[in-house]
Amino acid sequence: METKNIMIVGVGGQGTLLTSRILGGLAIQAGYDVKLSEVHGMAQRGGSVVTFVRYGEKVYEPIVEEGQADVLIAFEKLEALRYAHFLKKDGAIVINDQRIDPMPVVIGAAKYPENIIEDLGKKYRVYQLDAMEEAKKLGNSRVFNVIVLGVAAQHMGFSKEDWLTVIENTVPPKTIEINKKAFELGYNLHS
Amino acid sequence: MSEKVIMLGNEAFARGAYEAGCKVSAAYPGTPSTEISENIVKYDEIYSEWSPNEKVALEVAIGASISGVRALASMKHVGLNVAADPLFTVSYSGVNGGLVIIVADDPGLYSSQNEQDTRAVARAAKIPVLEPSDSSEAKEFVKFAYELSEKYDTPVIIRTTTRLSHSQGMVELNDRMEIEDKTYVRDIAKYVMMPGNAKGRHLVVESRELALMKDGCDFPINQVEYKDKKIGVITSGIPYQYVKEALPEASVLKLGMVNPLPRKLIEEFASKVETLYIVEELDPIIEEQVKSWGIQAVGKEILTVQGEYSANLLRKAIKGENPFISSAVSVVNRPPILCPGCPHRSVFSVLNRLKIHAAGDIGCYTLGAVAPLSVIDTTICMGASISTLHGMEKAKGKDYIKNWVAVIGDSTFMHTGINSLINMVYNKSTGTVMILDNSTTGMTGHQDHAATGKTLKGDSTYSIDMEALCRAIGVSNVYVVNAFDTDKLETVIKEATQMDEIAVIIAKAPCALLDKAPVTKQYRILDEVCKRCGMCMKPGCPAITKKEDGSIHINDTMCNGCGLCESLCKFNAIEEVKLK
Repeated sequence: METKNIMIVGVGGQGTLLTSRILGGLAIQAGYDVKLSEVHGMAQRGGSVVTFVRYGEKVYEPIVEEGQADVLIAFEKLEALRYAHFLKKDGAIVINDQRIDPMPVVIGAAKYPENIIEDLGKKYRVYQLDAMEEAKKLGNSRVFNVIVLGVAAQHMGFSKEDWLTVIENTVPPKTIEINKKAFELGYNLHS
Repeated sequence: MSEKVIMLGNEAFARGAYEAGCKVSAAYPGTPSTEISENIVKYDEIYSEWSPNEKVALEVAIGASISGVRALASMKHVGLNVAADPLFTVSYSGVNGGLVIIVADDPGLYSSQNEQDTRAVARAAKIPVLEPSDSSEAKEFVKFAYELSEKYDTPVIIRTTTRLSHSQGMVELNDRMEIEDKTYVRDIAKYVMMPGNAKGRHLVVESRELALMKDGCDFPINQVEYKDKKIGVITSGIPYQYVKEALPEASVLKLGMVNPLPRKLIEEFASKVETLYIVEELDPIIEEQVKSWGIQAVGKEILTVQGEYSANLLRKAIKGENPFISSAVSVVNRPPILCPGCPHRSVFSVLNRLKIHAAGDIGCYTLGAVAPLSVIDTTICMGASISTLHGMEKAKGKDYIKNWVAVIGDSTFMHTGINSLINMVYNKSTGTVMILDNSTTGMTGHQDHAATGKTLKGDSTYSIDMEALCRAIGVSNVYVVNAFDTDKLETVIKEATQMDEIAVIIAKAPCALLDKAPVTKQYRILDEVCKRCGMCMKPGCPAITKKEDGSIHINDTMCNGCGLCESLCKFNAIEEVKLK
């Protein structure tokens, strides 16, 4: 199998690390070599953050480069736009339809781009959702990232049962049920 | 069969120290090295601590080593500068129990004030350097480093980088080795570095370097992979991974030890390949030495000394390829910012209003330099805020600094701020120092320090009273103010900066992320009352945004009820909302 390249992008504090760890756990369970690259420290403070996950027979570099990503999971629209060029020609983007204004926009020094999702849809396979709204329906806004992951799971070639097992093994015991529900919700959203 | 798990590079370093039988670990937090200590603390067999700074941490490890146990100090690259004094001399005195120093460089400056290369410091100190290239090697190299340290009577540096420290990869776990403590024997000629003894030890250091240069040719961590001999690459660390991706057909000499260099091994490899490339991030440390031996090689002529490398960068530079890349869209930046509810924002909003300049320091509060707050004028290194302010006063006189303060965090003050404050008192400064006390080391992810009352292990301990400390040093004007009481802050800052005496203002409020208790109140804007003047937006809270129609809103997923915006609104248009 050719090495799979997944990117998870968002804004510091959105919980990209949990998502990448579930995905990493899944690839290990399937017997692959796995590397993950994370961002800690200053850049985490509300900045643009990116996590790479790579799995295959043998993985060398821990990062995904421009033009190589099979799947881009974006927790925020502007970040989807920033990293879209990392996708392969036939790559898929899962976009959480959430807008978080960066400071230059907040202070009026720049504009937040309009029609991001529509424009990306012209070039890439885009799967969008409003994960916050969906999570509120489940009664727990914190699981929005697992809903996003559920949508992305349709593009990674693991069985649903494998995903659910890894979620059970990764999240805190008290939150297993709600996280499984969140995953199922996402998984069925675009199927 | 031993267990295989996925580990962060830093977690693997900690595991390596555990398996190697390390007994004492000391560090000061600094991205990207912090998680080494945060993982070592999980092993009860190792005594581990946060020391107030890296010099102290290294000296603690040196003491443990002299007493006969395996010891570890870990730090970021600039931390090694702080620890440089003991570093250069422990190179002479050598060790008893093995001594390993893990130093994390930051190519690409993800979280640092410079991009210096630890290998250059290690060369100057004549200390061997190992450089692993993934999590598995991170663990194994620590064990090998302890063997080298004891065999060659030398401290050993392990150099990591952000990419290695913060990547996860597969690691095979082994048991902890049972290492017997070495007997301590008084050896004044070895451990007392006064001139007469140090002269003798310098000779020992030089012959150690030569021995390592020779023996290193047979170390298993220096590996030759012969393939097509048209291209040969000498590389080490994370760049090795990029070489394997970009040049799978090339012959590779992967150096596990990058100082001193295994000369014979390199000469032999160079003689067998047609074109030799040297691929190393940051400075041409390997390249310059190899070229000085008369070997032809290509390195920084085509590769940068800045930032991180990647496989694509090598494909372009070495193969002249242009990998498929659809062009990046130019997108508005998202720089890091102070969190909603951050007490620093409150202090900075007052400084901004009073048009006061600030000599800054290292921590989250460095972000006070970013618009719209823009109050930090200088940031050099840990502790420099206080001393640079003092230098300005001595250069230009006391009136010059009436609209200046020094701004430093509690952890940074404990690190190296205290010495600078002593200097201000001793040399009759009239400046104002603001200690932003958020009860933690914030930027690196909440580590305790000498004034938080908790150790790295989480045990209760004496908490240094900063107010009493400043008074004991000789500052008679010490103000302690709630960081969110902007009126009081304004009064106190005006008073302190105008008087002809040194003053310290301790602005206290815990980091907004420190207490994980649920948010009990938030604020909302009453649109019908709001005059849209924008006062509440001046401090740049990310939870407050202006819509296209000009109306201002507070985001209820971000607001944590600090109340700064409400205190700034002159029209009572911001209302508290109690949460269940």
